[in-house]
Amino acid sequence: MEYFIQQLVNGITLGSIYGLIAIGYTMVYGIIGMINFAHGDIFMIGAFVALISFIIFGLTGVALPIILLLVLLIAMLFTACYGWTVEKLAYKPLRGSFRLAPLISALGMSIVLQNYVQVSQGARVKPMQPLFSGGLEFFKSSDFIVTVSYLQIFIVVLTIILMGIFTYLITKTDLGRAQRACEQDRTMTALLGINVDRTISITFIIGSSLASVAGMMFVLYYGVIDFYIGFLAGIKAFTAAVLGGIGSLPGAMLGGLLIGLIETFWAGYVSLEYKDVAAFSVLIVVLIFFPTGFLGKPDIEKV
Amino acid sequence: MEKKDIIQSFKDSLFTGLIALALFGPIVGLRTVSKGEGLFITQQWGVVFLLVGLCILGRFLININSARRTEFKIFSTISSKFSSITEDKAKHFAITGILFAVVFPFLPFTDRYFMDVAIMILTYIMLGWGLNIVVGLAGLLDLGYVAFYAVGAYSYALIATTFGWSFWICLPLAGVFAAFFGILLGFPVLRLRGDYLAIVTLGFGEIIRIILINWYEVTNGPDGITGIPRPSFFGLPFKRSPDEGETSFHLFFNLEYSTMHRIIFLYYLILVLALITNYFTLKIRKLPVGRAWEALREDEIACKSLGVNPTNTKLTAFAIGAMFGGFAGSFFATRQAFISPESFTFIESAIIVAIVVLGGMGSQTGVVLASIFLIGITEMFRDLEQYRMIAFGGAMVLIMVFKPKGILANRKPTILMHGDKK
Repeated sequence: MEYFIQQLVNGITLGSIYGLIAIGYTMVYGIIGMINFAHGDIFMIGAFVALISFIIFGLTGVALPIILLLVLLIAMLFTACYGWTVEKLAYKPLRGSFRLAPLISALGMSIVLQNYVQVSQGARVKPMQPLFSGGLEFFKSSDFIVTVSYLQIFIVVLTIILMGIFTYLITKTDLGRAQRACEQDRTMTALLGINVDRTISITFIIGSSLASVAGMMFVLYYGVIDFYIGFLAGIKAFTAAVLGGIGSLPGAMLGGLLIGLIETFWAGYVSLEYKDVAAFSVLIVVLIFFPTGFLGKPDIEKV
Repeated sequence: MEKKDIIQSFKDSLFTGLIALALFGPIVGLRTVSKGEGLFITQQWGVVFLLVGLCILGRFLININSARRTEFKIFSTISSKFSSITEDKAKHFAITGILFAVVFPFLPFTDRYFMDVAIMILTYIMLGWGLNIVVGLAGLLDLGYVAFYAVGAYSYALIATTFGWSFWICLPLAGVFAAFFGILLGFPVLRLRGDYLAIVTLGFGEIIRIILINWYEVTNGPDGITGIPRPSFFGLPFKRSPDEGETSFHLFFNLEYSTMHRIIFLYYLILVLALITNYFTLKIRKLPVGRAWEALREDEIACKSLGVNPTNTKLTAFAIGAMFGGFAGSFFATRQAFISPESFTFIESAIIVAIVVLGGMGSQTGVVLASIFLIGITEMFRDLEQYRMIAFGGAMVLIMVFKPKGILANRKPTILMHGDKK
C-alpha cells in the first residue's frame, strides 16, 4: 500500500511534466492541424537553457526562490524564441501544402535541433547537483516510508499555477478568444480582422514556454540531461495529448497525468526495462480504439 | 530599389540578428563542460557573433533579392530544368546507371574503400526503393521502416547461426518474417490518418528496438549477435583455406586468393537485390493493386466509394515494403557478420525517409540520386558526422519549403483519366 502511494506521488510528478509538454502539441494541433514533431526538442532546448542558467546563478549565491524564478523566466524567454523561429522557418511557408509536408519538415527540424545541441553542447550527459533536498515523510511507522520531496511539491504546485494562468489566458482574454476562433475557422477569423499569422506565432510561443518549464522541471527532477531527451519525452507527451483528446487543453493535462501514472506503475510493478514500451503500446492502443481520446471531439472527414 | 526599402530591410536584418543572438547566445555561447565533479561553463562568443553576423547578412541579401521580385528565381529555374532533363532522360539515365554499376568494381580507380561506400549506397538505395512503395506509391508515411530492416537482419542472423542454413534459404525467410511483421503492425494501424500513422510506426520501430535490447535470451541484448555466416558463391565459400571436403571460390576458379572477391560478390548481390526491388516496383505500378495504391494516395474517400478496400490495399503496400526492408536487413547482417540494436535507431529510419522525400516521393531515379548525394557525398566528410546530420535535417526542411514534391517530382499518377496516357 505504501509502495503504491509512493508510486502514485512519483507518477503525478512525472505526469505534470508530460502534461506541460503535451499542451504544446495539442495547441498546435488544434490551431493548424499538424503534429509539431520538433516540440520534444524544444523541450530539450528549454532543459539546456535552464541547466545553463542554473550553473550561472549557482555561482552567484543568490537565494534559491529567486534563482528558481529567474531561471524560469530566462528559460521561457529563450525557448520561446526557438519555438517562434521554428514556426517561421519550417511551418509557416508550408500552409496549404500537402498534408504530410509539415510533418516531414518538422521531422527535419527535430533532427537539426538535436544535432545542433549535440554539436554546441557536446554529446555527453550533463549532470547537475541537486538544488532541493529533503521532503515530507509519511507512514513512518511502517517498513516503507513514503517520501514526498519538496521538489515534487514544487513541480506539482508550479504546474497547477501555470495551468491556472494558462486557462485564464485561453478562456478569458482576447488572445485566447482569437486563438479559439482560429481553431474553428481560420478564413472566417481572418475576415473578422484577426491577425491569424500572429495568433499562430503566439500559440507556438506559449507552447514553447510551457515546454521550457517542463524542461526546467526535468533538469531538477532527474538531475541529468543530454541532447536526446526530447525524443522520448516528446513521444510520451504526444501520447498524452492523444490520450486526452488532441486539441483539448484539459485533455492534454489529464493525458499527461495518465501517462505519467502508467509509466511509473509499469516500471514499479511490471518491468523497468520495458517502461518505454508501455508508453508506446498505450499510444498504439489508444489510437486504434479511441482515436478521439477522452475529451476530444470526433473527427468527421468532409469531402 | 528605393532608399526606404533598404532602410526597411536593414532594420529587418537587425531584428533577425537580435533573434539569432537570443537563439545562439545561451546554447552555443555558453558551453557546459564536465570537469571533475560538477559542470562548468566555457564561453565561446566568437562563434556566436559569427553565426549572428551570417544571419544578418543572409536576411539582408534575401530582403534585397525579394525586393527585386526575383525571389529564389535562380533556385527554382535550376531545379525545374534539372527535373525536366532527368524526366526525359530517365530511361537513358537508368541504363547508363546500371551499366556503370555493373562495371564499377573493375574500374581502375576502384579500391576497397570505394567498394564499401558503393555497397552502403546500394543498401540505402534498396531501402529507399522499398520504402518508396509505402511512402511514394501508397502515400503512407512510415517512420519506423528500420523496424523491418531490423527484423530482417535479426531473423537472418538467428536462423543462420542456429540452424546453419545457407544465405539463399535464410534470405527469403527473413523477407517473409519482415512481411509478417508488416502485416502484424499494419493490420490494426492502417485505418489511422496519415500523421497518426507516422507516429504509430515510429513507436513500433522503437518498441522493436527496445525488445531487441532487453530480450537477452534470444537477441543477446546490446551485445548483438556475432559470427553470422558469410554468404557463399553457390556453395563455394570465400575462404583462404577451406574446410575438409570443401572447395573455396578461388580454388574452384583457379584464382589468387583475395578478400576483394567477397566484397565484389557482396556488391553484385546487393546490386541484384536492389534491381529486383526496382523492377518489382515498376511492374506492380501497372497492376491493379499498384493503381489502387496511387489512387488511395490521391483520394481515399473516392477510392472507398468505388469499392477499393483501403485497409487491405494499404496492407499489401506495407507488407511488400516490409519484405524488401527485410531482404536489405539480411544482406546487412551477412555483410557485417555482426549486428546489434545500435544499427537500428530512429535516425536510420529518418535517413531512409529523407532519401525518399528528397528524391521526390514516387520517383525511382530520385531515390538513387538522393542516396548517392546523402550517403556518398557526406561519407567524404565522415569526420563532420554531427554537422552532416544538421545538413540532413536542414535539407529536409528546405526541400519541403521550396520544392515540396522533391528534387524529381514524380508524384503524378501513372495513369490519368483525361490527359496524356503514358
